[in-house]
Amino acid sequence: MLPKAKLWLVLTGIATSLLSANLQAAWDLNMTQGVTQISRDTYDLHMQILWWCVAIGVVVFGVMLWSIINHRKSKGAVAATFHESTKVEIAWTIIPFVILILMAVPATRVLTEAYDATESEIDIQVTGYQWRWEYTYIRENTDEEEVSFYSILSTPREQINNQMEKDETYLLDVDNPMVIPINTKVRFLLTSNDVIHAWWVPDFAVKRDAVPGFINETWAIVEEPGIYRGQCAELCGIEHGFMPVVVHAVEREEYDAWYAAKQDEARVAREMANNVVTLSESLEAGEQIYTTTCIACHQPNGTGLPPAFPALAGSSVVTGDLEANINLLINGVPGTAMAAYGRQLSPVQLAAVVTYIRNSFGNTTGDLVQPAAVNTLIQAAQ
Amino acid sequence: MSASHDDHHHGPAKGLSRWLYTTNHKDIGTLYLWFSFAMFLLGGTFAMVIRAELFQPGLQLVEPNFFNQMTTMHGLIMVFGAVMPAFVGLANWLVPMMIGAPDMALPRMNNWSFWILPFAFAMLTATLFMDAGAPNFGWTFYAPLSTTYAPSTVTFFIFAVHIMGASSIMGSINIIATILNMRAPGMTLMKMPLFVWTWLITAYLLIAVMPVLAGVVTMMLFDIHFGTSFFNAAGGGDPVLFQHVFWFFGHPEVYIMILPAFGVVSAIIPTFARKRLFGYDSMVYATASIAFLSFIVWAHHMFTVGMPLAGELFFMYATMLIAVPTGVKVFNWVATMFRGSMTFETPMLFAIAFVVLFTMGGFTGLMLAITPADFQYHDTYFVVAHFHYVLVPGSIFSIMAATYYWLPKWTGHMYDERLGKLHFWLSFIGVNVLFFPQHFLGLAGMPRRIPDYALQFADFNWISSIGGFLFGASQLILLVVVIKCINGGKKATAQVWEGAQGLEWTLDSPAPYHTFTTPPDPKLIHAQ
Repeated sequence: MLPKAKLWLVLTGIATSLLSANLQAAWDLNMTQGVTQISRDTYDLHMQILWWCVAIGVVVFGVMLWSIINHRKSKGAVAATFHESTKVEIAWTIIPFVILILMAVPATRVLTEAYDATESEIDIQVTGYQWRWEYTYIRENTDEEEVSFYSILSTPREQINNQMEKDETYLLDVDNPMVIPINTKVRFLLTSNDVIHAWWVPDFAVKRDAVPGFINETWAIVEEPGIYRGQCAELCGIEHGFMPVVVHAVEREEYDAWYAAKQDEARVAREMANNVVTLSESLEAGEQIYTTTCIACHQPNGTGLPPAFPALAGSSVVTGDLEANINLLINGVPGTAMAAYGRQLSPVQLAAVVTYIRNSFGNTTGDLVQPAAVNTLIQAAQ
Repeated sequence: MSASHDDHHHGPAKGLSRWLYTTNHKDIGTLYLWFSFAMFLLGGTFAMVIRAELFQPGLQLVEPNFFNQMTTMHGLIMVFGAVMPAFVGLANWLVPMMIGAPDMALPRMNNWSFWILPFAFAMLTATLFMDAGAPNFGWTFYAPLSTTYAPSTVTFFIFAVHIMGASSIMGSINIIATILNMRAPGMTLMKMPLFVWTWLITAYLLIAVMPVLAGVVTMMLFDIHFGTSFFNAAGGGDPVLFQHVFWFFGHPEVYIMILPAFGVVSAIIPTFARKRLFGYDSMVYATASIAFLSFIVWAHHMFTVGMPLAGELFFMYATMLIAVPTGVKVFNWVATMFRGSMTFETPMLFAIAFVVLFTMGGFTGLMLAITPADFQYHDTYFVVAHFHYVLVPGSIFSIMAATYYWLPKWTGHMYDERLGKLHFWLSFIGVNVLFFPQHFLGLAGMPRRIPDYALQFADFNWISSIGGFLFGASQLILLVVVIKCINGGKKATAQVWEGAQGLEWTLDSPAPYHTFTTPPDPKLIHAQ
């Protein structure tokens, strides 16, 4: 009696803990149906092939289980002597073939639709970097300001290192999400600046590789406003797990307003490149850029992870010739993980981060770099 | 002849030199199997690190860079160090005994093809202790992550792969030469055990694709050290070319790791069902069809790379076709069990689990073939679950089944059946708790090869990790069983198993050091 009662206690214990876990976290079992026609078609294909597999599995494993139960020596079963039948072999070659054709037809239809990226209203170039996305909205004419920005993980390092409670959107939040209008055909043009990345939003059923030297295209017509989250889906180095994709789908008017504001922002930024900055401004802005861009390799206190990622603290480059230091950031170091930031960061940002690293981690050069100076070096590099 | 003369020529040498200089197929088979088991434990240890880090969200135990080194080394060691050498070891032990040959056709090359392997893996593993760290670009080592952006240790990796490839090519030549030239009189091709057939076809696959792997790593070597731009877009090269060349090797490689498993299971199921294998001829043809198809499906690993529509469709249809011959095999095994007289010793348990769980991996493979659905599955844990189902309860269960099945023939003793069954059940439960939840993780959107994950993936991850620890720990039972069996146990008869058929079961247990020095009586050779 006692062991039985104990067993029940354990079972209810497990059930309650599972139930309470259920309240805290999603037990997602299946693919999302998503918010586009293609994503729903994809889900239907997935379910269709799944049910075929289940049906075949039930028959095959059913026969097997029945044989295991009934045709065992311990039950006195005597082995039959049959060992071939051409008719049966032909039957179980043809039946699966027919099932495959039944699956291939809808799969071909959906794939053909998914590949038709023509007649898009908005084109966005998505460029992968180690480890961020750049979204560039293709302008209708070159008089317009170009809207282009980076989208970087915004989950604080403290959460990743378990020094802080994790948010609900842990690892799935960025500083600047992509914004697109709903009910509009948006084409994504994918490429990469370094290694291969893959841009994936499950709710759109869009996953395409961003390959250096190539431009891939894919598209979506999102039907519901919302925030859609995905991740990089191709191993791209150390921080591969930390470059999420976030897309805000909004009403058309809201999108237009956002786009206009972004253009204004771009104009201001372009003009600001000629502004003169102060040391305290620069240090503050520089620290922010360091935290989002440099910290993964060069570490919070500038110690780096030698030999792959050199220390900045006391580094001969960072405490040495200023111009050489700026040029290194602009051009990167070929053959290493140090990317060319001349294209990735604006002159204002580059100036700030150089000022920051030359006056932090025990480095005391006292240099204050102006955006205009960086701009000159960028022009020279080109 | 004096006794000492006899010893000198017909018994094994003593001590270490026996193993260093041996040209005996049984000794070399043993070396391969022990080496494979050692690599299995090493690769398994890396897997334990991965599962421990993924037990909870957040970074707990290792840095992302080291995590990537673990996933890379786990994959490389398991594929090239555990699974492939295990099958070569089985081939060495069994092929000559199954076809009535005295040894392998090229015994000195046999010694060489084994003894370069430990050096290859020493070189690969040594990178873990180097400043730049081990390779961290995944076992598929996609360029340019593995070239321009790779740690400097990539060169060690390239040379290690070259040596492994040379070893595999030599092993394959040996197996082909043995099967085609050294069959006993009366052992026609269509009377060969399926294990021999599947290995013959596998050996051809190896000879066809290992040079392609050697080619692709050589191109990497040139890109890294000699200024070429095969895979560097900035120099006019093509990163996608890397993937085409790699998967032209990689997809047949997948079948290299499963075809011999089909052969093992086709030997074990008839024995314990006490009934001839159903559809022997169709099994041979199905194996050949799978091998042929394996050469024209490679780009299904690259559906998201941006191929033109026609390419996507071709590779989708071709991939779906593989389900047909694979289905034939599964149906034949079930038909063999149907109306048999079954008993369930450990090898049979592993073989049945193989049929069920490999088929589940086959089902998810069929799902992955549907290109639009693959856009959602690609590079997620759904893929991880898929290929681990075909590789762990697939290939590795078949290797374990083979070990239990032929162990009495190798050692002359019966293994401990109770421990064997315990090993089976813990492995069976462990492997499913480990990999089944990963299907859900992938469908819910968890990418593979990430050291940390969003909170909605937390529950299935800890379940999977628990399964992983259980599966990992259970493998030590196998070590105990094998050591116990070598040291003693119930004396095994020549036939060992009541329903066992085939030439190896006409030999004493343990099989003498030299067997079939004169061809067996043709009357002993039956149709399979």
